[in-house]
Formats: sequence, structure tokens, C-alpha cells
Amino acid sequence: MRSAHIVLDGHVVAENLSLEFPGGKTTCLLGRSGVGKTSLLRHLAGLLPGADAAGPVAYMAQRDLLLPWLGVLDNVLLGYRLRLDAAARRAAEPRARSLIAEVGLGDRMHDLPQSLSGGMRQRAALARTLCEDRQIVLMDEPFGHLDAVTRLDLQDLAARLLRGRTVVMVTHDPLEALRLGHEIRVLSGMPFAVGPVIAPSGDVPRDPGDAGLLALQARLIAELRRGS
Amino acid sequence: MRPLLTAFGLIAAWEALVWLSGVPPYILPPPSRVAVVLIERFDLLIEQAAWTAAEMVLGLMLGLVLGAALAIVFAASAGWRRWALPLVIVSQAVPVIAVAPLLVLWLGYGMASKVAMAALVIFFPVVSSLYDGLRRTDPGWLELARTMNAPPRAILLHIRLPAALPAFASGARIAAAVAPIGAVIGEWVGASAGLGFLMTQSLARGQTPLAFAALVILCLLGLALYYATDRAARRLVPWQPFQGD
Repeated sequence: MRSAHIVLDGHVVAENLSLEFPGGKTTCLLGRSGVGKTSLLRHLAGLLPGADAAGPVAYMAQRDLLLPWLGVLDNVLLGYRLRLDAAARRAAEPRARSLIAEVGLGDRMHDLPQSLSGGMRQRAALARTLCEDRQIVLMDEPFGHLDAVTRLDLQDLAARLLRGRTVVMVTHDPLEALRLGHEIRVLSGMPFAVGPVIAPSGDVPRDPGDAGLLALQARLIAELRRGS
Repeated sequence: MRPLLTAFGLIAAWEALVWLSGVPPYILPPPSRVAVVLIERFDLLIEQAAWTAAEMVLGLMLGLVLGAALAIVFAASAGWRRWALPLVIVSQAVPVIAVAPLLVLWLGYGMASKVAMAALVIFFPVVSSLYDGLRRTDPGWLELARTMNAPPRAILLHIRLPAALPAFASGARIAAAVAPIGAVIGEWVGASAGLGFLMTQSLARGQTPLAFAALVILCLLGLALYYATDRAARRLVPWQPFQGD
């Protein structure tokens, strides 16, 4: 991403911003609420006026955005339905089914979203994001409103399923960034600046009890506090 | 059960009022007299009711289809919205009862003018509710669809339209409640059959109890139409349970 200007409702969120994301790896953008993380991600997705998408992307928002009138399988295949391509949809169905099984919803294939718990809905949204089969995946605090343990489970699942894709995930949770990010960048200031690359050692998902990880978490929290 | 008891109490009070005040039956017939007429003239009433029911149902269907089609066109095309939406709003400023004689003049004394009348009355609630619903799609869904490279017609068909069905269901309920107004006004102005026609005829001949009997049947018809539409509307949005059910 080069020389991006992001303006939201007349406020400059970021000026002349250039960022590189390593291919096939997960980059976590960490920042406090309101810093402009979501705007940055929406800019990358081509959802802000004047921005073009960074190529074909799969986008996972804070909310699961499941359509309440479609069952899990149809929700996961939504992209194919919306592109009005029945042949591709039929071809993608076995993959959709196996993704749904992988996120643990194999027995809820045709259930409506309203019958699922928050964690299950977010799993279905993850399966939908992956079913799009795009090289670039943008995720906006996808597990932000889940309880702590469910969040850890879903992080493990996401790390496993997102392997090999170029993922940009924004989050306000230092632990989440440390568990999932090959690289972590801290966003702070107004308009925000992006900090240097932090690359913790070890493969993702990292163990949340690891001493080195917890030390890094303390450092990140201190940095986030200072930045405001 | 309670509404039935309330109705029973009111009927009893009405009966007592007529007996105590001695009002002649051609001014206010007692309920007992209306009941007798209901039974004695049942064949005539049913025959006329079938006619009116057909007008109401056809008018409702025509109004729903036309209203839905127009709402979808407005949601899909800014050009149509700019040119035709003001006309739809103006059409509601014209009192329906003033248009009724014209419709009878153009479409005749038969069923067509009443169907047109009913469709005209219900058309606006249907257009405005569905159009509102189509404009209030969750922006998150629309953005998701954009990242999926969905063409606008697919977004309309697969996201905005289903998302607007609850609003359409509300419009359809209002439509079902007002459809009888259109049909009956049409019959008052000029008709050769129907409960409204029977009412004007019997009132002119001093057969007030028969007019009341027709009114009772008309009420039942309206209720049946409303509940049938309500059930259909609930089936339309099975993912949206109603509170208080």
C-alpha cells in the first residue's frame, strides 16, 4: 500500500501512509479503539470512497454478517450466490462443506444463524471468509466480542486455516496480535502513525502461556498506553 | 375468550337500549332482529359476500403485485425514483372516494372498477413499506457483498429484497386491513352486486336489518382477509419470530 490518505467524515485518519505486508504471512495491526484501524482495513478492502481494493480480497468484519434467512451452508457459499455463478457454486459446495466441518459446524449445515451461539456464528463467518478462497484476507477484530476461552479456540482455528494466505488483521488485543501475527505493527497517534515491525519468534498460533510472549505483551501494552 | 365476552356484553347492551328506548327497527334494529335476518336471507348474503370477497382478494393481490413491483423499480433505478416517486405521493393526496365515480365511469359497474379501487387504496402502503425496507439494508451486508464483487442486481435479489420482506409483511397487513374500504366504496358509488350494493339498496328500501346483516358479514370478511394475510406474512419471514407470540 503506497501513499494512502484516509479521511473519515472529514477527519484525516492517516496521511501519506505506505505499508508493506509480507505475502503468505499474517500481519496484525494493533491499536486502541478509535485510532483508525478499521478505516485502514476498509481502505484496503476498497470500501472507502476513492480507494481501490488491493486486489481480490476476502473481508471479515467485526460482526458475523450472516444472512438470517440462509442456513450455514448457503451463508458460507454467499459469494458464489452473489456472483450469480451456479456452476462455480456447485463446484465450491464440497469445499464449503469440508470448511464447515473443519470449523466444527458439520452437524449444523442447514441451521439458520439465529439458532447458533455467538462463537458458532463467528466460526461460520470464518468459513465463509475462507470459502471465498482469496489470497488476501482482511480481518477486522473478528473475535472481539467473544468470551476469552472461545476467542483462544477460534484463534487456534484461524491460525491453522489461514496458513499460507496474506492476512491483515486489525485488533485491539495485544495477546491476539502476539498469538496470530507473524508481524505486528502498532498504530498510534492522530492521524495515526505505524510503528516498526515486531516479529515475535515461533510459529503461530503461539502459546498464550509462553513467558517471552507475556513479556512482549507487557511491552505492547505499555506502548499502546504511551501512544495515546 | 375475553374479546368474545366483551362483544357479547356490547350486543346485550345494544339489545337493551333498543327495547328500552323504543327506537323503530328501521332506524336501529335490535341484534336479535339482525340475527333473524342473517339466517332468513343467508343465501342472498352469501351470494353477495362471495362477490365482494372476490373483489377484495383480487384487489389485494393486484395492489400487492403492483406496489411491490414499483417499490423494486424505485429501489433499483434512480431515474424512475426521480420521475415517478413524486407522482405516487401525489396520487395519495387525491381522496380515493373522489376517484371512485371516475373508475366506475371508465371500468363499468362490474367487478373491475372495485378491484381497481381496492388496489388503489392498498397500493401506497405496500410501495412505501417495501421501498423503505429496501433502503434500510444493513450496510455491513452491502459492504460484504461489494468485497465479493456482487453485481447490483444480485445484491438486490439476494440481500436487499429478502432483508426488506419484514417491512413488506407490515405493508401487506395494512393493505389487508384497508382493502375492504376500497371494494365497498366502489360498490356504494355504482355496482350491480356485492355487500356494499346490498347495503345501499336495503337502506333505500327501509330494510335496515338487512343492511346491518350485510355489515356483519362484511366485518367477518375483513377479519378473515386480515388473518389470512397475517399468517401468510409470518410465513414469509420465518427467521423473524414475533415477540409476544
